[in-house]
Amino acid sequence: MNAPHQGAGFTARPRVFIVDDHGMFRSGVRSELSGDVEIVGEADDVAPAIAGISRCLPDVVLLDVHLPGGGGQEVVAAVKPDHPEVRFLALSASDAPEDVIAVIRAGARGYVTKTISGPELVDAISRVAAGDAVFSPRLAGFVLDAFASGIAGDIDRPSFDSELDQLTAREREVLRLIARGYTYREVARELFISVKTVETHVSSVLRKLQLSSRHQLTRWAAERRLT
Amino acid sequence: MESMVEHDAVPAADAGGGGHRMTWLEARGIRLSRGPASAGPLRRAVDGRVFGGVAAGVARRTGFDAGLIRAVLVIGTLVTSGLFAALYVAAWLVIPGEGTDTAIGTRALTDKRGIGLALALTSLLGVGLVIASALHAAWITGLAVPLLVCAAGLVLIARNAPESERQYLRELSDPVATNGSGRRSRRLLRIGLALLLLTGGLATLLDGHEKTYQLLQPLAGVVLLVAGFTLAFGPWWLRIWRDLVAERQARIRAEERAEMASRVHDSVLQTLALIQRRADDPHQVTKLARAQERELRSWLFDGRAPGSLDDEAGTVADGVRLIQQEVEAQHGISVEAITVGNCELDEELTALLAAAKEATVNAAKWSGAPVVSVFAEVEPESVSLFVRDRGRGFDPAAVPGDRKGLAESIRGRVTRRGGTATIRSAPGEGTEVSLVMPRLASGSAHGASSGTPAGRMPRRP
Repeated sequence: MNAPHQGAGFTARPRVFIVDDHGMFRSGVRSELSGDVEIVGEADDVAPAIAGISRCLPDVVLLDVHLPGGGGQEVVAAVKPDHPEVRFLALSASDAPEDVIAVIRAGARGYVTKTISGPELVDAISRVAAGDAVFSPRLAGFVLDAFASGIAGDIDRPSFDSELDQLTAREREVLRLIARGYTYREVARELFISVKTVETHVSSVLRKLQLSSRHQLTRWAAERRLT
Repeated sequence: MESMVEHDAVPAADAGGGGHRMTWLEARGIRLSRGPASAGPLRRAVDGRVFGGVAAGVARRTGFDAGLIRAVLVIGTLVTSGLFAALYVAAWLVIPGEGTDTAIGTRALTDKRGIGLALALTSLLGVGLVIASALHAAWITGLAVPLLVCAAGLVLIARNAPESERQYLRELSDPVATNGSGRRSRRLLRIGLALLLLTGGLATLLDGHEKTYQLLQPLAGVVLLVAGFTLAFGPWWLRIWRDLVAERQARIRAEERAEMASRVHDSVLQTLALIQRRADDPHQVTKLARAQERELRSWLFDGRAPGSLDDEAGTVADGVRLIQQEVEAQHGISVEAITVGNCELDEELTALLAAAKEATVNAAKWSGAPVVSVFAEVEPESVSLFVRDRGRGFDPAAVPGDRKGLAESIRGRVTRRGGTATIRSAPGEGTEVSLVMPRLASGSAHGASSGTPAGRMPRRP
């Protein structure tokens, strides 16, 4: 993946703000990305992050899910109402599903793990900057799991009154392939559809994830906390 | 009973053949006629042995039935007052075991401590024999020489036999050696006392016609003799015993250290080497360190050996996580493991996971890709597992010989149990192994969709 995907004709280098409490990680990301994106600022906790983002108004915020002063979703919740144009890409080292789901539901456009390679991260940032959703395999797995848990035999079944509560067969297929480690391009080739269509499906899943009112989703995430 | 065991060891070429009626012996698996004899040197057999495998070995060499030879041995022992038993022990010492060329006796010659112990035991038995003869148990003095030979020979055998044979002997002696509770010395005391009582009882029984008071005088003599022997040889026996204990403990410690060293080498040293090679990649270093920490912790504190899938994994998710941990630790690549749904493992799913592990290790070893994706999905009807890498790939139609076996071991494992395995690859395109195992209609069929897969709950501290 040497040639990062440039989403939707995005030409300028995206302006990126990094929020992570580990200095080591910030400097690592900075040096890894410096050629491909413009780092406009960084912060190590919730409060300075909110202030810094409001000041710099970056295209994309790389947001650690876990921060000392609270979850990453608090940053999203504080910034989003005033600056809806700022997009968030969540990053975490651990994969506690409830945290990931929480930050996505707060409004992040995607989630990747910190083990992601530099070029892939640049690719993900470009995608988010272009308004697309970024699903790591792990997030795809979570979503499949969360939405699967409502399908069969759940006592809350009657609440299926909205298309937001279910994934379409096609969306499910796309998520499955992403969970198997396919890139969007590979998913497209596998399913004989265009990359754009894959992006549309993923964005639609993201919307469902963010807007679905079914409480199975939150309950699903809460149950995972026990694990 | 022995002959039943024997029957399988010797090719029953003419069992029931020739149309003649089966004799009593034949009905019990003992063949009177001579069967085919094997060529080659005389060796003590491993399969079908009862003690040292002498009879089975001789049977194999000569073609006679082992049960027949054993019968001859037992009868011979009874008739010759134990001479045959002594010969048996001697043969045990002299004839090399199957698959080796060194007899136990050859090795025993260099075992000074063993020879000392044998002598000590012989002297102890000597005491017993003197007691017996003092009690006018003439029948037992007739057994003296064979008894001494057997005892000394068995001591040497027990100390110098190859480890596999010693293990077999330990199992054989289990009922006597470990029956009952308490410390080892107490057990030995118990066995000793029992033997003494048995011998004394037999002696009194056989000399029962004599009058009791006539025993008093020789009894006093015996007591004196025993006291004398004990005074003379006691410290020696004790020292030999202590030496033996010390030697045994040292050996156990050495074995433990060796095992520890190999474990540490397999895990910690390997990881350290990988970390050094990847010093420029902090993510990798952290990942390796974390995986190693996990493994070391589980080994040191939970007593779980790093490794085996079947023992630890209770569910599909556990199994996938184990695969991830092991392959990451052993091959220094990242494994992106994702599980959707969960269910308990059964035999089929364990095989599925074993195949998936094989595929993951394969990808780690051959693909050259830094990341391997493992995706498992549990659905009501089936469990699917995908192992994918974006590495160099290969042409499945022209698989080199060394990889074919691996592919077969993946495919074979799954197809044997009713699943399917598909391997998709092309040079430069990476490889994907898809494994699907149908689920039996079991009670846990809700696992795929249940919000709380039971197996997940107790994990993670």
